[in-house]
Amino acid sequence: MLGKLSLSAIPFDVPILVGTFLGVVVIGLAVLGAVTYFGKWGYLWREWLTTVDHKRLAVMYIILAIVMLFRGFADAIMMRTQLALAYAGNPGYLPPHHYDQVFSAHGTIMIFFMAMAFMTGLLNLVVPLQIGARDVAFPFLNSLSFYMTLVGALLINISLFIGEFAQCGWLVYPPLSEMQFSPGVGVDYYIWAVQISGVGTLLTGVNFFTTIVKMRAPGMGWMQMPVFTWTAFCTTVLIMASFPVLTVTLALLSLDRYLGMHFFTNDAGGNVMLYLSMIWTWGHPEVYILVIPAFGVFSEVTSTFSRKPLFGYNTMVYATCSIMVLSFVVWVHHFFTMGAGANVNTFFGIMTMVIAVPTGVKIFNWLFTMYKGRVEFTAPMYWTIGFMITFSIGGMTGVMMAMPAADWILHNSLFLIAHFHNVIIGGVYFGYIAGMGFWFPKAFGFKLNEAWGKRAFWCWFVGFYLAFVPLYVLGLEGMTRRMNHYDNPDWRPWLLIAEAGAIVIALGIVCQLTQLYVSIRDRNLPENLDLTGDPWGGRTLEWSISSPPPAYNFAVIPDIHGLDTFHTEKQLGRRAHNKPLAPIHMPKNTAAGAIIGAFSFILGFGAVWYIWWMAGLGLIGIAVTMIMRSANRDVDYYVPVSEIEHNEEVYSRRIAAAQAAE
Amino acid sequence: MAHEATMSPLAHADDHGHDHHHETPNVFGFWLYLMTDCILFGSIFAAFAVLRNQFAGGPSGKELFDLTNVGIETAILLFSSITYGFASLSALAKNKTMVLVWLAITFVLGLSFVGLEVSEFSHMIAEGNGPDRSAFLSAFFTLVGTHGLHVTCGLIWMAVLMVQMMGPQDLSQRMMDKLTCLSLFWHFLDIVWICVFSFVYLAGVM
Repeated sequence: MLGKLSLSAIPFDVPILVGTFLGVVVIGLAVLGAVTYFGKWGYLWREWLTTVDHKRLAVMYIILAIVMLFRGFADAIMMRTQLALAYAGNPGYLPPHHYDQVFSAHGTIMIFFMAMAFMTGLLNLVVPLQIGARDVAFPFLNSLSFYMTLVGALLINISLFIGEFAQCGWLVYPPLSEMQFSPGVGVDYYIWAVQISGVGTLLTGVNFFTTIVKMRAPGMGWMQMPVFTWTAFCTTVLIMASFPVLTVTLALLSLDRYLGMHFFTNDAGGNVMLYLSMIWTWGHPEVYILVIPAFGVFSEVTSTFSRKPLFGYNTMVYATCSIMVLSFVVWVHHFFTMGAGANVNTFFGIMTMVIAVPTGVKIFNWLFTMYKGRVEFTAPMYWTIGFMITFSIGGMTGVMMAMPAADWILHNSLFLIAHFHNVIIGGVYFGYIAGMGFWFPKAFGFKLNEAWGKRAFWCWFVGFYLAFVPLYVLGLEGMTRRMNHYDNPDWRPWLLIAEAGAIVIALGIVCQLTQLYVSIRDRNLPENLDLTGDPWGGRTLEWSISSPPPAYNFAVIPDIHGLDTFHTEKQLGRRAHNKPLAPIHMPKNTAAGAIIGAFSFILGFGAVWYIWWMAGLGLIGIAVTMIMRSANRDVDYYVPVSEIEHNEEVYSRRIAAAQAAE
Repeated sequence: MAHEATMSPLAHADDHGHDHHHETPNVFGFWLYLMTDCILFGSIFAAFAVLRNQFAGGPSGKELFDLTNVGIETAILLFSSITYGFASLSALAKNKTMVLVWLAITFVLGLSFVGLEVSEFSHMIAEGNGPDRSAFLSAFFTLVGTHGLHVTCGLIWMAVLMVQMMGPQDLSQRMMDKLTCLSLFWHFLDIVWICVFSFVYLAGVM
């Protein structure tokens, strides 16, 4: 009846987990209690949980990403603390069984549920606004994508308290992840969490590609698209081309585990190398899926705060597209040591070095954008400059490892760990935080606090170098990754410095939370309010409408005459349009996404624990909900002109108030 | 018109008809999805290519495959593409009865294809040559089975559309979009099957 599930699956004997569980329960009950106390359930359900509005989905994605950041960071600081302690006679406080779950969960959560969710959130918030669209091409699918991501995140976090998580790294390499060596439910949790959220990501890819291709405002040709939209476009291409490969790879692994097949087993002709090749065919494009939108953020931030058009718009676009293509021909550099032979390794080594060229072009574009600009040092600009320094260093260590000969020494050492954190924290994370600060006023109508933003930046920046430069050194000294305990006295001081770095980063996160708190508290102060919808003197269309925008975004779809049309029109003193208003056709909210999400959870949980009636129920539930949705004809409505007029009038009054205040 | 359509499905139903051949974002989006599905099949083909000689002492394709049976399956599936084509033509002619008739014929053909495949599979499993026998058989069952699963989903979709067509959706623009998407899906599965037939069965027997 309950498959493999029994009371012994709940880790009562691990005090850390029991404590965490109690913490989660207390916070969870407090949140639920607060919602009930203020009577906000109806509001939450009608306005947020069933919404198909891309701006609200964006907010929910980013909240999910921030919560997952806490979880992922808690794992990180646990690992650093273990290694600060576990020297010589001291075994540390995390036994290997637990430690292995921690590093596996850290990577999985940070990539799939922190970075991916954050990236999708930024795409949702910005892309339709930048291209002058009223929503995405498939608003319902957008809501469904969010719930798929959310369900994946739930499954992976439930593994903390019911059962266990995978102990074989964030990409669960076989044969370690096969039934023979991982008979528990850990790998199954991984598979189902990633597969379900992968469906969501794939749908997001299709959705945003269609949106960008089909729904740009009239006059916006390809080379009039804002750079962030270009990067979003390239990312969706990468998603569509690479996520099916991930789906297949994990499906084959699950067939091995569930049906005793032999794709990646040691016996009966299975081939482990096939798994490595397949997973990295997805995995390398994946890092570009994450970082390319961050490049877009930096482009917008740099040109806005340097008060100049982006230097080399065309080269920026071509560089982005080259990176998009090249990202598919470098995957073997993740396993040069596999023994593919000198010729194969040479090809992939050279391609890996080549990909640094378009990336270098971008760095120079940003530098020249700042050159002779009147640079305004806001917090997003801090993150951007921090990125340029940090990412360049990370890029150079990447080129070092692109040499197969050097990689044979550095493979799987802490040097590698330092390298990819160097580019992922310094590139992806800095970029997303810059983007969040930049577009926060657009989503909420008030700015984030600058002082706390800068404090957060300094903690992250300094903390990053303290935490990861020692890892470069340790890698060169021969320390491998995923080590639970060590005896080498030379390593200890470096690991202590790295622990100090992790603590400084923790302070950075505290600063970010404080920033959110202070900003919300002071949101009505005149210097924080964004009355005009254009708090930074922006260049692109999203700044031409009120903050937060109405559900339909644009009362009238703007005409585009070139790059940065909004900026040009401001220069010419034209802001008002004189087109007649017409009723706007909009999608209705729907609970179908949430319901399919709930059934997906039931499917995933049932399959992890071999509770087949439950998994079947989930599957049938998904199918029935989809069919019912497809039969539903009441899916849209028209916003009447009177309502649009009213909104426009309120907005004009806010602009007038802002002008009077100046 | 696409830029004006916030919401795709019904937005075009009340278009003013000055653009008769426009393609809605629905069909375009579904095309994209099919391309991702193509990559999905491509990955499984790649895995099959790597593992196709890993018999692990078990039987090879030459010993297992019955080309007559596969030939019948192929003929049925290809023929079902033609009958779906007739359904599409009837839909363009707004002849709902004929759409239903042709879809029903397509459905029966698709169902027979799946039935033949299930019997082939169960026969092999009964003889001890199931997917857990060798890496080659794992790859074979997964590749052919994934295609069969797609056909099965297509059949469910077809049945749902037939029922919906008899209801208030009739042959509305939205229904036409759905028929076009299913048609793309169905023909796509045919192309995939031709690859399966050539690279798995024919190459396995030759």
